[in-house]
This record gives sequence, structure tokens and C-alpha cells, in this order.
Amino acid sequence: MYPRQFDYVAPSSLDEALAALDANPGAKVLAGGMSLLPMMKMRLLSPEMVVDIGRIGGLGDITDNGDSISIGALVTHAEVAASGLVQDHGAALATAASWTGDRQVRNRGTCCGSMAHADVAADQPVAALALGATMVVASSGGTREIAAADFFVDTLMSALEPGEILTEMRIPKVGAGTGSAYDKLGRRGGHTDYAVAGVAASVTCSNGSVSAATVAVTGVGSRPVLAAGVADALVGSDGSDAAVEAAAAHATDGIDVLEDLYGSVGYKTHLAQLFAARAVKAALAAAG
Amino acid sequence: MKVSMSVNGRQVSGEAEPRTLLVHFLRENLGLTGTHVGCESSYCGACTISLDGQAVLSCTMLAAQADGAEVTTVEGLARNGELHPVQEGFWERHGLQCGFCTPGMIMSAVTLLDENDNPSEEEIRRGIEGNLCRCTGYHNIVRAIEYAGAKMRGEEPAPAEWEDA
Amino acid sequence: MSSTSVLGGVVRRREDPALIQGGGRYTDDVKLAGTAHAAFVRSPFAHANVLSVDTSAAEAMDGVLAVYTAADVEHLGPLVAQVPVGALRPLLNNGTVKHVGEAVAMVVAVDPYVARDAADAVDVDYDALPAVVDLKHSLSDEMLVHGDMESNTLISWTGPFGADADALAAVKAGIDEQKSRDDVVVVSQEMINQRLIPVPIEPRSVLADYQIGYGRFDVYSSTQIPSALAGAIGKYFGMALNQVTVKAMEVGGGFGCKLNVYNDEVLVAFASKQLGCPVKWTETRREAANSTIQGRGWIATATMTGTTDGEILGFELDGIADMGAYSQNFTVAIPFLGVFVGSGQYSFPTHWKMDCVTTHTMTTDAYRGAGRPEAAYYLERILDMYSRKIGMDPAEVRRKNYIPASEFPGAVSPMGFPMDTGDYEANLDAALESAGWSGLLAERDAARAEGRHVGVGIATYVEVCGFGPSGLVDLGFSWAEYQMPSAFNGSSLVRVHPDGSATVSIGTGPSGQGHQTTWAQIVGDGLGMDVDRIRVIHGDTEEAPPSIGTFGSRSAAVDGSACYEATQKVQAKAARIAAHLLEASEDDIEFADGGAHVAGTDSSVGWDEIAKAAYQPHVLPEGMEGGLEAHAIFSPGNATWPFGTHIAMVEVDAATGDVRLLRYIGMDDCGNVISPMIVDGQIHGGIAQGVGQAMFEDAVYDMDGNLLSASLVDYILPTAVDLPSFELGRTVTPTDINPLGVKGIGEAGTIGAAQTVVNAVVDALESLGVTHIDMPLRPQRVWQAIQDAQA
Repeated sequence: MYPRQFDYVAPSSLDEALAALDANPGAKVLAGGMSLLPMMKMRLLSPEMVVDIGRIGGLGDITDNGDSISIGALVTHAEVAASGLVQDHGAALATAASWTGDRQVRNRGTCCGSMAHADVAADQPVAALALGATMVVASSGGTREIAAADFFVDTLMSALEPGEILTEMRIPKVGAGTGSAYDKLGRRGGHTDYAVAGVAASVTCSNGSVSAATVAVTGVGSRPVLAAGVADALVGSDGSDAAVEAAAAHATDGIDVLEDLYGSVGYKTHLAQLFAARAVKAALAAAG
Repeated sequence: MKVSMSVNGRQVSGEAEPRTLLVHFLRENLGLTGTHVGCESSYCGACTISLDGQAVLSCTMLAAQADGAEVTTVEGLARNGELHPVQEGFWERHGLQCGFCTPGMIMSAVTLLDENDNPSEEEIRRGIEGNLCRCTGYHNIVRAIEYAGAKMRGEEPAPAEWEDA
Repeated sequence: MSSTSVLGGVVRRREDPALIQGGGRYTDDVKLAGTAHAAFVRSPFAHANVLSVDTSAAEAMDGVLAVYTAADVEHLGPLVAQVPVGALRPLLNNGTVKHVGEAVAMVVAVDPYVARDAADAVDVDYDALPAVVDLKHSLSDEMLVHGDMESNTLISWTGPFGADADALAAVKAGIDEQKSRDDVVVVSQEMINQRLIPVPIEPRSVLADYQIGYGRFDVYSSTQIPSALAGAIGKYFGMALNQVTVKAMEVGGGFGCKLNVYNDEVLVAFASKQLGCPVKWTETRREAANSTIQGRGWIATATMTGTTDGEILGFELDGIADMGAYSQNFTVAIPFLGVFVGSGQYSFPTHWKMDCVTTHTMTTDAYRGAGRPEAAYYLERILDMYSRKIGMDPAEVRRKNYIPASEFPGAVSPMGFPMDTGDYEANLDAALESAGWSGLLAERDAARAEGRHVGVGIATYVEVCGFGPSGLVDLGFSWAEYQMPSAFNGSSLVRVHPDGSATVSIGTGPSGQGHQTTWAQIVGDGLGMDVDRIRVIHGDTEEAPPSIGTFGSRSAAVDGSACYEATQKVQAKAARIAAHLLEASEDDIEFADGGAHVAGTDSSVGWDEIAKAAYQPHVLPEGMEGGLEAHAIFSPGNATWPFGTHIAMVEVDAATGDVRLLRYIGMDDCGNVISPMIVDGQIHGGIAQGVGQAMFEDAVYDMDGNLLSASLVDYILPTAVDLPSFELGRTVTPTDINPLGVKGIGEAGTIGAAQTVVNAVVDALESLGVTHIDMPLRPQRVWQAIQDAQA
């Protein structure tokens, strides 16, 4: 309940924040704090410095870039869930955000924070994977972009290096014929709480067949991860229920499924397959 | 460090360590003990306050993060001796027993009704999902929020269940 | 008697205005000048030798006032227990620690942040040892939890109560004899009634203030038993009871876990005395999980023997109950409460045996229901399985085997206990009618025709509560260790002040039960006085007469009755005064509307005048002593036996195992009802905790004795979205053992709920071949049961 002591800065510019990070290799970035602060309260994490980016202007918007949408580092789950832009171009992410935590958590927690925290059972990272999101990362040396597929490295570990801040997540805009969806079983049952297993899918249809698909699974392995086997089996298929279910059987191909308090390997594998089918079907329906 | 904010309409400031949680700043520095601490994992919602109009967990914020913000706690709801309709609803519909979750639950309900003053039972239940109560089974909390919604819409609340008996 | 309230209907709760405005004063809200804060160093191992404790770094930190280890407090002895069977807890342990979370050292510092920093700086060297966690492993005595004890089994409780070995064997033989009959089926199932963490939303908190020079203690604590805590503090520090005041102001839920004197309370008092300043400690949620008592934790095999047409010939229970590492207040007595209700409200022979074993885990003790939910669970689950086996409506099987209403008063349960009043069939009928039983089954069947897995479950229960007769002392339930020789009495003092207002002081320690309101209703009804004129003082050992507090659904039946009797005494004296003032006959005096009235006339006198006269002896009737107050102690002749019927409807997503509770119907009978509003509220909360056990909650230990579900992230409590609105009704069968006719309602919902939900889920999955699933019915477990049944 009582964090260890730390130094605290709340710079008003990104440059100042990056400089603070450079000067303090043990620093952690604080945005909404919904993941960082509980760990600090339980002393599972005790950074020497906290760099609060909450007062930096320009990081709190969802913007339309023409061919993509940017979600700034301070955009909350609630804002993502309520965004018409996100609903139109990344329904899987909007759904995932609406199922993240509870109302209080959604009011403070940020989408980019969820990415940086890289929890194995979080909702939004798999939506980012399925939507082909790009993470825009700033450091004092400049800016780099990391594909979502390369971003989630391991349990609670992203590709962010010391001195870097995830300033925005970008998702490509989509046209007619593309749809996405997210479905899961929460630890508390239904859609509530972290995912026992969850699947996000994005599909594009043309001429009666699936021309592109990206599917990602959360809750089952050591990180949110692409289910390439499902996507591969879907592409070129007619998107029929039979085709979807056959593809969904590959949901955990190549994934080292891990048991936890909420599911055995067999159960999680089953759920991943089940929700792969459900999410793909919903995405196909949305694709029209 | 010095922290300043508006709490229940009053400008306050105080010295706090960077690590001081907002809930401790409210309870210890300002003596506003209505806001409670029920867990350390951000799951119970007993510490819920309104921050710039939104329900947030004051135990999962540094006091420093609230610098310059407008905070409303349960102590700030009643005006000139008049209870807020949500407070009245909790009293009229037995929406509390031990009362420990109540301040957070009330703040959650107040912000919920600010967004939608005519929520369905399902919307109410979803809206207070982040507030654990161990006494009431939520039954009368839902009734209390329905009562408050009716009051805020200028309607007559449904009679209490025990009045039917 | 009215079916709604014996005392004038619904009164809004008087405790609420403070609580809804943030004015409620809970222990952690109390601020005394110069208060220091404690933090504990706790064992991360379930079983380990403490090799060394180095406090030097902590002591050197700024703001640290003291660091205490076992050597500092050994002279105080171990933590007291009411039923001291098994090992007693050392206040601090620097020898061999016996569970994760056991206190090794205590730090006191200027604020809780610094105290935590310093506690983390205490360097303890442990030599970890293998742990005993599994109950069957413990029972085997392959490894002893306490090396100095001969066996891990502390005690075995058997039923019928009072039967010796021969008599028990005869009951067993009688049941066994029936098993070979051609028209008899035998159903048997091993079931787990899992360990639970009580989780009141207010963590425990204690603030001790030793007053230098005065030689007195004021102790503020979040406790259900202020008098026992005062007695214990007095005993530890060699002080008379009148030198220790315990104040339990608002208590944010208890559910039994605050029905213990804890080592932290003693240690904080010790530190306050040593340091000469107030010392406060408030547990964190993870500390609560590892260091505040837990409940349940049984594994047992239930066996039901009965004919193919629903006549039950015998019920047997044979199992093991987990006591944890140390015995605290009730610990080993909890399964004994199961003996009381081992045969439920039925008339069939029952043979019951529970071995109480110790393990390297936190102590178990009273958690809402305490032994009775477990007993009811096994009985009602196996009865449900038996009903399925013979293909009979489970409601009708129950009806067929009830103790008939005609046996009351005077009924004695097959477990050997005299019961007060009961009409189980009427209650069952009311429940079936309220639920629309046949319609409910039709609705279920229609859903099934659509391929949905919908189920309906029913369970009935009898509870024993309202403890109790002071003769319980002779059964080993003496609170002597807490300087409370016969503490099960109720006790109340009613005083009318010179201005005609009144105060009732009472020994209860409520945590949300609405005592401010109920006691005022009792006094107000008896004196014809507006409840706003009546102050209630409870949870304060200085102000209130000694009584043991609030637990076991006892307050209304026992202390409420004392309150009633004290009120009657005041009323009788006031009637004499009023008759004198009004020049009327005492027999014609009635109390209502704020004063006394002469029946059939418009002659009356207000309480202000009656009270004024009471304090002016010269105007009183000749020979009458001045003053207007009375004390009453109430020791009931028996416990009370509430009962009820619960019905649940659920739907299961067979693909995920996800269970949704669609409807929940309760029909409870707690005798007379003082406040229907409060009674229903108690049932709501009780049901929620029973549903919590059925569907969500689980204190999971790994084989090394680590509690894996120590935070609310992993210890899943039901939220508002997990529960439906409840549909409640009641039957009213007043008890004859107290003047109010009330039985108690605090635990009934919990005692009735878990098996109702499990019965419903099993019903939903009947077509898939599922016959039993152990709680909690989380999706994985339900899904796995379906897979296993299909395999």
C-alpha cells in the first residue's frame, strides 16, 4: 500500500521528459498509472524516479491522419472505447478497451500504457496486433516506429528501450470489406476482468473470399501473440463457418500455452480456438 | 513537494512526498476520512472520488498527479444541509450496511448518473462493477441508484420493496 | 403478530446520515496527536526455522521509533484462545514459523510509509522446511505441523452429539443394514468445501493509546468483540477491566473475521505502553489474506441411503477440516457448529464425523455461517444427488423427510439437539409458490429444447444461532481467557434521562447490522417514545454493560431480548410514576406517542414530565427509589433454529463453462421480524457470500503453503454484474425461547445459498452427464467437468 520513495518529475514537454529518462536509467514513465502504481504500492516495482508524462500537451488526442488513426499516449481506455473513429476502423480495439478493467480504471488507464505494460492477459495488445498497429516511440535520439508484431517481447516486457516513451499508437484506416472484432472469456466470467483467453481478428474480404486476415491471442502464452496459423488458413477461404472453424483450430499453433489459476493448458487451448472462431465470424460479419 | 488542488470547491495545498497517494493526501493531510482504503490492488473501489468530473481511484494516483485538479469527495456532495439525491437514495433504500464501501459507491453512482440519469438495471450494475460491496449483495444499492435517478429526473421513485409487504 | 414487523414497521437507519456523508468514524479515521504507526515483518515461508533477525538497519532509519522481536514480547505468552485445543500462536515468532504471513517482528515509526520501509529493512534469515498443506497428508501424520505435538489431528467431532463410541457405531450399523435392501439406493460423493477469505471491505485496524500516569488503555479496534478484547488486553498487561476501554466505532464489515483477538492488537498495545504514545496499525489487503483468519476448508464424503421412493434411511458424513497452523478464538469449535445442523431439518438417522487437522496455513475460524454452511452444503448436495438418482422432484424428497411441524415444540434433531420451533413444509410450499416452481421447470425445459443449458436448483436449510445459553461454558465455550466468564449472555442498560430522552447501552459490536436502529425500535416501542429521542451506545466497553459482541446471528435474539427486558423494567417503573402523576391505576397506563396514557381517557403525561418526576424523589410514590433506568441480562434457554428454502436458476455456456445466475429466490423464516428492511438486507448480503463461494471465491494454496489468491486480483469477489436482483419472501414461525420471538438472520442467506447454486448448475448439465462439480464453479472447472463426463 505504501510505495518506496522515488524522485518525481512532471515535465511539460516531451523533450524534458526524455532528458529526465536519459539522466535516470532507473526511471519509469507514468501516464494513467493503472498498471505501474499498483505494482509500486505492492513494492513489486520500485523505480528511483517516476517521470509523469500526464502534463505534456498534445498526447491526449485521437487524430485522423488520413490513412491512419493516432491514439496519443494519454488517451484513456474510456476514450478509445467511445471513439467513433476507433469503432469505425478498429472495432476490435474499441471493444477491447470497453472490456478493460472497470469504469474507474477506464477513466484513468491509457491505451498506450496497456501496450507498454504488455500484460500477458490484457485485452488491447491483441487488438493492436490484429489491426496491424504501429507504435511510435520517441527518445532523445529521435523517433522510431515499431510494428505491433515486434512490440510484445515477453511477459511484461515490450520492445521499449530505456530512455524511450511510447508517444502514440497508430492504426491503419480501413475501407469497406474489412472488419475486426475481439472476443474473450474474462477471469470473472463473461467479458469481465483480464482474459482467461481472448482473440482479436481483422479480416478483409473480396469477391467472396478472405483476402487478408490477422488474428492474435491473449491470455494463453507468455505474451500477446499473433496466431499466424489461423490467418494463413483463413486467407483464400470462403469464410464459411466450416472454414472459420477449421482455421480456428490453429489458434495456438506455435504458442507455448501456459497454465495459470484460471485455466489449464487444455482449457486455454480450447478457449483460444473457440474465441478465434467467434472473433473471426464477428469480424467477417463486420466486413460485410 | 507542494501539492495544490480544489477539493469540494475549496482550494487547498499541502506538503507531500512524491510517493504520497492521493487517498492518503485526502485522509491524512486534509482530514477528509470519508474516502476509504479497502485494497491495494485497485480492485475494490472504496477510494473512488470524482476527479474533474470522472470517477477515479484515489489510491491509484499520486497526490502530485492531482495537482491543479478539481476533486470531489463524498464530503462535498451535500449542499446547505441538503443531501445529494444519491445519498438520499442510499438512505431511503437501505443501500448500505457497514458503510465502508459506501463513499466510493456513492461517488461512482454520482458520476454514473451525471453521464446518464436514466440507466437500466444492467447499466447500473456495469457502472458500479468497480466497487465491491460485501454486505448488500448490491440489491439495494441498485434500488438506491434507481431512486436517485428518478429524483434527478424529477420523477417519483418506485416504492420501497418493504412498503409492498 | 404482524407478518412484517413486531415493532411498528420500517424506520430509516439512524446510522446512515453519517455513513453517506463521509462522517462515519472507522478505526483508521481516528487521529490522536503523536500517533506512531506499526508495520510487521512476516514470514514468506509456510514452514521455516528463523536463523537470525537483524534489526540494525531498520533501527538506524530516520523516523523509526522501535523494532520489536520475539524476545521483547515472549514474557506476555501466546495469543489467547477460547477453545485452546492445538498450538497457540506466539505473538511474534523467531523460532519455527508455521505459515506464510506469520509475524516475525514489528516496526514502529512516525508514519506508515516509513514503517513499511523499515519493516522491509529488517533482515531475517530463514531455513525453509517442507510444509503440510493437503488435508489428507496432514491426517496421515507423515509429517507433523508442530514437532512437539503427537498428531496433526487436534480433535474429532462426531454426531449424534453426546453419543459414545458404541452408540455411534450402532447408528452406523443401523444405516449400513439398510444398504443391502433391494429397494434402497446409496449415493456417495467426496466434495470439497473450499477455504475462503472473509474480506470485509474495511481492513482490520487497531489504535492503542496507553495513557501515561493514568495507567489506562484506550484501544480503538475494528472488532466484533470489544469486551473480549478489553479483557485480553487487561490480562496481558495486568490491568483491571475498568482500566481498559475498547471502542469499536464503525466497523466496516466483519463476517466473523473480526471475532478474534489478534496478536497485532496485543502487540500494538504493547508498543503504545513501551513508547508512551498512541500506536496504530491498519492491515493491507494482502496482510489480511495471510494473517487474518479464513473460513471453511473441508473435504468430506457424504453418503445418502434411501429407498427408491424417496424415504431417506440414513445420512453419513466423514471428512477432514482444516484448522490452519494455530488455534485462535473458536478455531476447532467451528466444525462443531456443523454437528448442530448435521441432520438439517430432517428426521433420518445421521452419522457424522469430522477430523480437525492442523496445516502450515493461516488459522481458520468463524466466517459467516461458520460450520453450518459446510454442513448444509454436504447434506443438501448429496440429497440432490439422491433425488436425481431416484428420479424424484428434489422438493418432494425434502418434504417427505422433514421433521413434521406437529413435533414442535419439543422436537429433537437426529443429532440430539432440542430445536425451538419449525414448520418446514409450510416454508417449502411458500418458496415453491413464490418461485412458481412448476412454471420455472417448464421455462427451464423450454430453454433446453432450444439447446440451452439452463438449470434449476433448490435447497433447504436449518440454522442454529442466537448463542446462547450460558451453560455453553460447560461445553468448553468459556471466554475466561478474555476475562468474560459466561459471555454468551445478552446485556443491556436502558436509561431515561431527566429531559425524557433515553439511552440504551448494549454490549453488541455491530458491523453493519443496523443496531442503532433496531435497539432504538425495541426501546421506542416499549416506551412509546420516538426513536429520535433514543440514543444507542454499542461497541464501547466503558459505556456499555459487558456482553460478548456481535456474531453467530445472536444480537437480536440475545442482546435484543436483554434490551427488551430492560425496557420492560423501565416501563413498569414509569407506569407506576405515571399512574401516580395522573392519579390513575397502574394497570390502565399505556405508553404511546411520547408519553403515558390512561386507557380509554384523554388523560396523559409526557416522558419529560415522567422523567422529571423520576429524578425528584419527593414527588414519587411513597417508598419509590429515584431514577429511571434498568439493566437486564438475558440468557436464553436454547439457541434458535431459523430455516428456509432457496431456489436458483442458472444458465451455463457449455462451450466455455461460464455460469450465469439468472434468478435467485429466497424464502427464509427467522421468526418475528423487527425491521423487514434490515432483515432483507441481511439475506441479500448472505446470499451474495454464498453465491461467492459457489461461483468465485477460493483461497488457493500451493503445495509449499503459498496463498496464490492473496490479493483481490486473484481472490474473486462477486460484483454487481455477477448477481441478479434477489426475490425474497418469508414465513414467520416465532421462537418461544425469547420474548421477541426473533431467531436471527445474519448468516441464513450464506447457509442456504452455495448448494442451491451448485444444485442448479448440476441440473443444467445433467444431460451432459455431470453429477458433481467442486466449488467454486469457475468456467474452467465447469468446462472440465463437462469434458470428464463426456469422456
